[in-house]
Amino acid sequence: MTSYGWIQIFLFFLAVLALARPMGTYLTRVFERRVTFLDRLLNPIERVLYRVTGVNPAEEMRWSEYLLSMLVFSAATALLTYVLERMQAFLPWNPQKLAGVAPDLAWNTAISFTTNTNWQSYVPESTMSYLTQMLGLATHNFWSAAVGLALAIAFIRGIARREMQTLGNFWVDMTRGILWVLLPISAIFAIVLVSQGVVQNLRPYDSVKLVEAQKVSTTGADGKTTTSDVTTQTIAQGPIASQEAIKMLGTNGGGFLNANSAHPFENPTPFTNFLQMLSIFLIPAGLTVTLGQMVGSPKHGWAVFAAMSVLFAVGLITCYAAEAHGNPLLRGVDQQVSATQAGGNMEGKEVRFGIADSALFATVTTDASCGAVNSMHDSFTPLGGLVPLVNILLGEIIFGGVGAGMYGMLIFVVLAVFIAGLMVGRTPEYLGKKIEAYDVQMAMLYLLIFPLVILGFAAVTVLAPSFGLSSLTNHGPHGLSEILYAYASTTGNNGSAFAGLNANTHWYNTTLGLAMFIGRFLMLIPMLALAGNLAAKKTVPATSGTFPVTTPLFTTLLTGVIVIVGALTFFPVLALGPVLEHLLMAAGQSFK
Amino acid sequence: MKKHIVTSLLYTLVTGLLLGIVYPLFITGVAHVFFRNKADGQLLYSKAGQLEGSKLIGQPFTGVSYFHSRPSAAGTGYDAQASSGSNLGPTSQVLLDRVAQSVAAEGKRGDVPVDLVTASGSGLDPDITPAAAYFQVDRIARERSMDKSQVRTLVDKHVTPREFGFLGEPRVNVLALNLALDAAKPVQASR
Repeated sequence: MTSYGWIQIFLFFLAVLALARPMGTYLTRVFERRVTFLDRLLNPIERVLYRVTGVNPAEEMRWSEYLLSMLVFSAATALLTYVLERMQAFLPWNPQKLAGVAPDLAWNTAISFTTNTNWQSYVPESTMSYLTQMLGLATHNFWSAAVGLALAIAFIRGIARREMQTLGNFWVDMTRGILWVLLPISAIFAIVLVSQGVVQNLRPYDSVKLVEAQKVSTTGADGKTTTSDVTTQTIAQGPIASQEAIKMLGTNGGGFLNANSAHPFENPTPFTNFLQMLSIFLIPAGLTVTLGQMVGSPKHGWAVFAAMSVLFAVGLITCYAAEAHGNPLLRGVDQQVSATQAGGNMEGKEVRFGIADSALFATVTTDASCGAVNSMHDSFTPLGGLVPLVNILLGEIIFGGVGAGMYGMLIFVVLAVFIAGLMVGRTPEYLGKKIEAYDVQMAMLYLLIFPLVILGFAAVTVLAPSFGLSSLTNHGPHGLSEILYAYASTTGNNGSAFAGLNANTHWYNTTLGLAMFIGRFLMLIPMLALAGNLAAKKTVPATSGTFPVTTPLFTTLLTGVIVIVGALTFFPVLALGPVLEHLLMAAGQSFK
Repeated sequence: MKKHIVTSLLYTLVTGLLLGIVYPLFITGVAHVFFRNKADGQLLYSKAGQLEGSKLIGQPFTGVSYFHSRPSAAGTGYDAQASSGSNLGPTSQVLLDRVAQSVAAEGKRGDVPVDLVTASGSGLDPDITPAAAYFQVDRIARERSMDKSQVRTLVDKHVTPREFGFLGEPRVNVLALNLALDAAKPVQASR
């Protein structure tokens, strides 16, 4: 660990902290339909959009109608992507003449991008045409982020409103999120990224004559080794920056290229890397301020922010320390940090990012449900890889995905308030609202679906040598980590991977698709039902016996609840995966 | 329900055109006009006009007379339409064997800087650490019959410091370094 590493981490957090209030205040204005500086430009577009699509912006929706609109819309967008993928061979902007995508892969990808997961079972540069990427995938980066944002705002309204049956209008929230927030920030961000070297064009791939021709020997399936000369390099191109911007800002994480933000065309410099990490946390951190403002208790927003920050710091320090320590099994290798190298575990990492920026990126991308990667998590040390995995398993509520992190965190807040109520023997209250049996049932349903899907699918897969274990690249405890990570990442709608797992098989495409579907849509039902129920409640005035949700005590309790729920659910499987691997690695054991 | 379906389809269509066609084409246009070289991937051409590579994309160098680039898991190595890491875990015997092979290929000259024997995340890493570059100076000087100090100076010139003095890590672009090496003393002349 180096002082430069700590400086970067410190500056990163400082930037997040500094941007949270302006971003959050702006979000509040946008969703409360107050005046903003973009109104002159955007109001006419908004009006036209409502007229064309037949939306009445004054109409308010109950939670069930809000949910229905969201589900039907998601289905329509998924359908569009599926059709585009299947038909791309006949459509324009396909300079590499790529064929249509296979049905199971097309289904998996459509679900993946619709659910804000952006799990990728394919190599984009040899699978997806430019049109599919722009119209079929980048659009989902906007839509799914706007959906998440809308749902979070609806949930906050549920807390803020009194004796009301409605949560807002889904279409209005979508439109405000896209036009006022996601599109303008993405456009500026994309142009900044291009100015720093992120590629943006519609040209065919380039062919380069290598400076030093290579002799390459490959072993075929029949065990024969063939030697061939490689004299050229084909360089994939594409409209990358426009997708990169919203990929990070919308916490989507689906790379235009296979190596994602490790690829020099997606993330060429340490500065683009810094901006990309910052853009992941920008909206989620802002939402804590929005929460405080909309429920009329700014301190409550900061108390939630503090809980997120504590969990962020613990994960980051663990990951950074583990990666900087390196891999004790390597022989004849200098892993010491010095003035001329970062040292540490460099397998799967880029030189320009080194250890600190890789560990920070891995922590940020899994704290949020982003899932972009600038290094390969599968090649992290056992404890370094444990951190992203745990971040996902906690529910991605450490700032979290755009919107999804906020409503996920608020479920934990309800639970924390409930537990505090039990401890002092009073009816629990949250910002003046009594938390009753129905509310806790919905919160628990939300919290239980998640581990059920992850552990259920992982258990079946581990027991199946033919279609489960055959996809593994790594064996021993690391193999379990690969499978667990896949189902955690998809159910949590993260999308990063221990990518050694070959997931482009019928079993994985289908079950991972289901996991993404359930992890997004099924969990929303209890969440919105809870929001609707909260909105309808009366508020009672606070008394001296009311548990305050603005204090360090509350932050401590909330953090504790999150850690305990996570540990109780997942400790056994984590012990058999990363923890066991760490112990065996220390004992010098490797696996064939 | 019918109203929801109609609205959803129309909304998908209209916003799809805005976000999936207008937005990326607008960015492409701006990029093309103001940052053409960067938007096209910072391609490098030889004096004869031959495309030699991209400043951002690494190339494989394994021969004794060039600075070696890092091992690569992209296709058969540095395949820039199949970017990928090895995804081998820390306790993988395959990883340990591959690293041992790379260490052996660098000759017995003390511990090898770690980046030189580990595959990058993209498989296209254009850089090595300054440590890895200096590590190879003796070999290059011997193979090209150059002064060690001359080679060392060449490396010094190609070290890119931390961005703004504190972001990222210092690094050496291998393709640029090797092109400069060829310009300083072509391989053919040394043989």
